[in-house]
Amino acid sequence: MSVRVFFVGGLLSFRALFSFLRPEVYVPSMLVAPIFQILLFVYIGRSAGIESDEFFVIGNAVQYAAIPCLFAMMFTIAGERFQQTLGYILVSPAPRLPLFLGRAVPVVVNGFFVAAFSLVVGGLIVGIDVPGRSYAPLALATLICAFSCTGLGLVGAGIGLLFREQAVLANIMFGILLLFTGANVPVDELPGWMEAVSNVLPFTHGIDAARRIADGASLSDVFDSLAAELAIGVVSGAVGYLFIRNAERLSRQHATLDRA
Amino acid sequence: MAEPRERQVTRVARALLVGFGLHLKMMTRSSFDGLLGVLWPLFFATIAFFMFRAGASGESLVFASFGAAVMGIWSSTSTSAGSAMQRERWHGTLELLVCAPVHFATVLLPVTVAMSAIGLYSMTATLLLSRFAFGVDLPFEEPFALGLALVVTVVSIGSLGFLLAVSFVRYRTAWALGNLLEYPVWLIAGFLVPLTLLPSWVRPFSWALAPTWGVDAIREAATGASPWPELIACLGLGAAYLAIGIAVLETVLRSARRAGSLALA
Repeated sequence: MSVRVFFVGGLLSFRALFSFLRPEVYVPSMLVAPIFQILLFVYIGRSAGIESDEFFVIGNAVQYAAIPCLFAMMFTIAGERFQQTLGYILVSPAPRLPLFLGRAVPVVVNGFFVAAFSLVVGGLIVGIDVPGRSYAPLALATLICAFSCTGLGLVGAGIGLLFREQAVLANIMFGILLLFTGANVPVDELPGWMEAVSNVLPFTHGIDAARRIADGASLSDVFDSLAAELAIGVVSGAVGYLFIRNAERLSRQHATLDRA
Repeated sequence: MAEPRERQVTRVARALLVGFGLHLKMMTRSSFDGLLGVLWPLFFATIAFFMFRAGASGESLVFASFGAAVMGIWSSTSTSAGSAMQRERWHGTLELLVCAPVHFATVLLPVTVAMSAIGLYSMTATLLLSRFAFGVDLPFEEPFALGLALVVTVVSIGSLGFLLAVSFVRYRTAWALGNLLEYPVWLIAGFLVPLTLLPSWVRPFSWALAPTWGVDAIREAATGASPWPELIACLGLGAAYLAIGIAVLETVLRSARRAGSLALA
């Protein structure tokens, strides 16, 4: 039953609750917008005279995975309340771990696809040169980034069960990730406190690894960065799961299941 | 008996002012339009300040400060204006507003101008950020011209929002199209990147955008240069958007009345 809840339930919830999956929303929001984000920062970089085009293409393409990962994770869990199905989910005998974590799998896959698409198309438009042997390690780094951001998305989903404004929360989290993770400003150019925060956020280590891979580094060279990125994903996923369980407990305690 | 012209003008002016005030109040109480409207452009402005501080001269930081400040006005308009009519449809008020005794444009225009005006919050926040967090010495050489440039920019961007609102009315997911326009206009209107850096084929698109002229007028007024040509271009484009928008609106409403599809999209 747990395996079925994890895979089938996860996929069904993703398809049912992630409203961006319609082509008229998916294409502009997930495929076109990241290209313009890449172009915006490439040109700001040229105007300011810092870093290479490749720096901004990789940083923004990978970081854009935050949009599908944060929004989808929040919508597929906290969105149950808006569909008035949260009560049914929480009184069901389904085990909680596969029930909630199963929803993260399609989110990771979709986040990876969006980031990879942005990287390829943005790279082609701007004209960056990445060696062929770097493609597979770059894909792995992107996948790990999508995984770690989905962990943060689970935290957002937990908070989203307590607050009404999920879209506002997801946008603020996206902005923090854009500013702190070195997607556009090298982490060592940030003030000390921001650099310290960036070290525990998703993307910081993954984007750094992806840039080094694009410059010719091997997987073993960036192992530490990818391991740190993976660890951040696991820890934030665990925190997110605890958040969700706590929100469930509070909603029973205070009879606030359908309120926020 | 026809209504006296003076009374007609008063009625339209009242509808515009009351509509503007009402929607501005509503937006200030919305966390999406209020809080996020301030924070969202601030994230981008902060990144731009870090980038310009790392690489370019102090003059570029002044250029970026005023550009980043106007980004918020466009953001608050583009993300919300696209779905302005859709929202009335969801609320069930679209039919009532369309059959009201004032022209529907008089109802819709203050909504989109209020969306632009709420961007002044983020503009103020961005200028304060650049001054106090990044130490940018912002010039305010011509306060009167600067104030006028701000008003003209807000109204012209609001007119562009009005055109978007009536153009996207047949799309159920107009908000996604509105969101999509945020980055491209930030880029090609020269908010943070001089137009000379963009490919030459982009420039005609930039010139057709009121925000391009608005931000130029604001920069010129702030630095003591003459903002009047840019101001006139911005105002002219705003008037053109309004005229095109009213023509599109007439067509859309006529078609919707004929097909009985006003509530559908």
